[in-house]
Amino acid sequence: MNRTPRGTAPTAVLVVLLSLLSGCGAASSDRNTLTVLAAASLTEPFRDIGDEFSKREPDVDIRFNFQGSSLLAEQIRQGSGGDVFASANTDMMAKVRRADALAGEPQTFATNQLTIVVPPGNPAGVESLADLTDPDTSLVVCAPRVPCGSATERVESASGVRLNPVSEESDVKDVLHKVVAGEADAGLVYVTDAGSAGDEVEAIDFPTSDEVINEYPIARLAAAEHPELAGRFVEFVRGERGQRILGEYGFGAP
Amino acid sequence: MGVPLPLRLPALLALALIVLPVLGLFARIDPGRLPALLTSPTALTALELSVRTALAATVLALLLGGPLAVVLARSRFPGLRFVRGCVLLPLVLPPVVGGLALLYLLGRTGSLGGPLRDWFGLTLPYTTTAVVLAQTFVAMPFLVVSLEGALRAAGTEYERVSATLGAGPWLTFRRVTLPMLLPPLGSGLVLTFARALGEFGATITFAGSLRGTTRTLPLAIYTEAQADVEAAVAMSLLLVVIALLVILVARPKAVEGRA
Amino acid sequence: MPDRIDGPDRTDGSGPTDGSELAGYATVPYPANPPGGGEAREESGLVAEVRLRRGDFTLELACRVPPGEVLAVLGPNGAGKSTLLTALTGSVRPEHGGIRLADHTWLDTRRRIDVPTHRRGVGLLAQRAMLFPHLTALDNVAFGIRASGVRRKPARRAALEWLRRTETGDLGDREPSELSGGQAQRVALARALAAEPELLLLDEPLSALDVAAAPAMRGLLHRVLGQQRRPCVLVTHDVLDAVVLADRVLVLDRGAVVEQGSTHRVLSRPRTAFTARIAGLNLITGTATGETVRTPRGRALHGSVVEPTTPGEPAAAVFPPTAVAVHPHAPEGSPRNAIPVRVVGMEPRGDAIRLRGETDSPDSEAALAADITPAAVAELGLRIGDEVFFAVKATEVAIHPVSGG
Repeated sequence: MNRTPRGTAPTAVLVVLLSLLSGCGAASSDRNTLTVLAAASLTEPFRDIGDEFSKREPDVDIRFNFQGSSLLAEQIRQGSGGDVFASANTDMMAKVRRADALAGEPQTFATNQLTIVVPPGNPAGVESLADLTDPDTSLVVCAPRVPCGSATERVESASGVRLNPVSEESDVKDVLHKVVAGEADAGLVYVTDAGSAGDEVEAIDFPTSDEVINEYPIARLAAAEHPELAGRFVEFVRGERGQRILGEYGFGAP
Repeated sequence: MGVPLPLRLPALLALALIVLPVLGLFARIDPGRLPALLTSPTALTALELSVRTALAATVLALLLGGPLAVVLARSRFPGLRFVRGCVLLPLVLPPVVGGLALLYLLGRTGSLGGPLRDWFGLTLPYTTTAVVLAQTFVAMPFLVVSLEGALRAAGTEYERVSATLGAGPWLTFRRVTLPMLLPPLGSGLVLTFARALGEFGATITFAGSLRGTTRTLPLAIYTEAQADVEAAVAMSLLLVVIALLVILVARPKAVEGRA
Repeated sequence: MPDRIDGPDRTDGSGPTDGSELAGYATVPYPANPPGGGEAREESGLVAEVRLRRGDFTLELACRVPPGEVLAVLGPNGAGKSTLLTALTGSVRPEHGGIRLADHTWLDTRRRIDVPTHRRGVGLLAQRAMLFPHLTALDNVAFGIRASGVRRKPARRAALEWLRRTETGDLGDREPSELSGGQAQRVALARALAAEPELLLLDEPLSALDVAAAPAMRGLLHRVLGQQRRPCVLVTHDVLDAVVLADRVLVLDRGAVVEQGSTHRVLSRPRTAFTARIAGLNLITGTATGETVRTPRGRALHGSVVEPTTPGEPAAAVFPPTAVAVHPHAPEGSPRNAIPVRVVGMEPRGDAIRLRGETDSPDSEAALAADITPAAVAELGLRIGDEVFFAVKATEVAIHPVSGG
């Protein structure tokens, strides 16, 4: 039989398809690439820290993966790799730790606390936590299942104020955005988020906020390809330069 | 069997690409936790809200999108192609952007929402109505596009015959166009319902997320995923089951029609 | 039966209008009496004058169809036949013109009158039956009756009566998908008639039927159209349809009227080469006597009866030019029809030569055509003016009943 076997065309299609799919895994250069998995709320300060760190270690490329802490924790547990994990809360770090995916103890490198934000001019006249319970004041907070939401719940129990939000967002940025857009009279967000919004919101501190401190832990991962480099990065974050950058974005010291 | 071999393999791959990840997802759930996760108050409240709003959105899409499809398929005016393109916008826009668009229009400070609030005391965001609107926005194009396609395919010949028999446009629509359109309408409605059921981005942006009021199943799943991915996966099983039910029960009757 | 149904049985004794009445205006240019111009109103039947432009194509046409008369519009594809129908139904608006039916003005561009299709009362039987697929045959027929406001039950009764008249009374419960092409077309005819249109349009009603179903449907149309009193326009490219069904013929080419007049006059004595080409068939009219047609001059043509004819009623013998053999003398002893003619024309037609022969009867069987080979022409030494015989076998001659005109 001098005809092409009939299976050839589909096989070729399959081969092309698979090679396309695997084409993303291109070979890397000699330079060391450090993969840092960090909570989304750390995006800005960690970019700055990365720049500074690269100046000190010229042959290192840092690749950041900024996502929600829980998603990052899940990815680590599924073995997606990475050198360093910086979480926005201790629960997620504990989860990763239970999965034996950490190398060494997690260390707190920053803290954060809640603040009230209102649109410029404060149209609803919010002055205290208690004002947020006014039924005419539309309040947006984080859902209890996310870190800023659990912080909100702790504020409620510490202050004895029962909040009645119109919406519980899954992302603190969504809370902020609704206030910025004027779709909410007030929101409870992290101090750092209020700072990043600049003039678009007014922040109103309240007494109980000091009692509910959110801690950010950082740790080397067991799967790290460059354990030593990862250790140096963790130290840099906790060191003087790192702390100064974090402070500039409103994070508290550990 | 008349399907040529070069088509069968890609077809199989396509099916695998759709089904295997979903199967893999459910393979990860701890079967012991499943009953508790599926019947948790969070899941059931969200499920009930999802079904209610998706049904309402489907009805709204039918009431508004049906006539739009007829107009697009049957009328001729300058700019028709442009209008037809506009109908597809919600399909192209990321749903989150769609939610923002709705917010800027109908939000408290929106160009339409502002007057609504000032004159009638109506505020849409954070209400179940907002959920229905967001779902309708995202899902209606499916109905319009499938219905318009069916209308074009059916052609106008039957309608012309009806006119020669003395039936006016409205009678012709009711007694000729509509009955012949029922099968494609059925599949359009199923698509619309499925899309509304899975709607996430526009809803969370425009309507917010509050249990029992605006937190539909996809929103609840997303929120849950922030803390407990396994629970979120289990809840998404509910969505899959409903979608399969709709497709298996409603679709054959509606689509295969009387033939 | 409700009295509003204008059934075939209501036809009075007067019969179709005599063709001679029409001869007067068959060739008169129409605009002498513009629509809406006062006196013209006493005309009954269809009076239409339209000018319609679509791109490069312009349809310009004037015609009248008295009640009970069938006008066949003949022409090749693209001649404007269908455009004329769309103008009559009202789905396309001509730039200029008027359409009037009895005392109803459907279209008058000068007075900006354009009655929508559903208020015109124009029945259409198209190439395909287009029965509504979601309704039974009976409900299809009842559709138009229901649309005029009749309740379901009486409408169905009337619809059944119409099905009977189109010989489909036993098919009422069938879905359209369960009907054959011929059956569906009969039901569609019943549906069109049941709506009691003021004007009946037939758009190539037989062209989609297979060869077995077409003759029977043609016969049914012949019977039904002969019994009703409304004007009727038949668009066709098949000369046979015109021969059997139409009283008068209008030949259309590239949007313009080439010729119009009574069917046998136009087809048997085409005034233009164009009509002759369109006609394509030899046609000899007379009265039916069994398997023959007897001409007014007393000549009998033998043929096979395609559809039953009634002795004494008008009938036509139809045969193609290719079936004609040419003899210098009268052939003997064969079952042939031999017609003496004088050769008046010779023209090439494909591989053959078409002879045109004029018979001694100046009236009906004026010109006949024969297609023969160039070799035969040379062998016979034929020249214009020669007296020869056109011979055609009886099996090649089809005998049809024809419309009164």
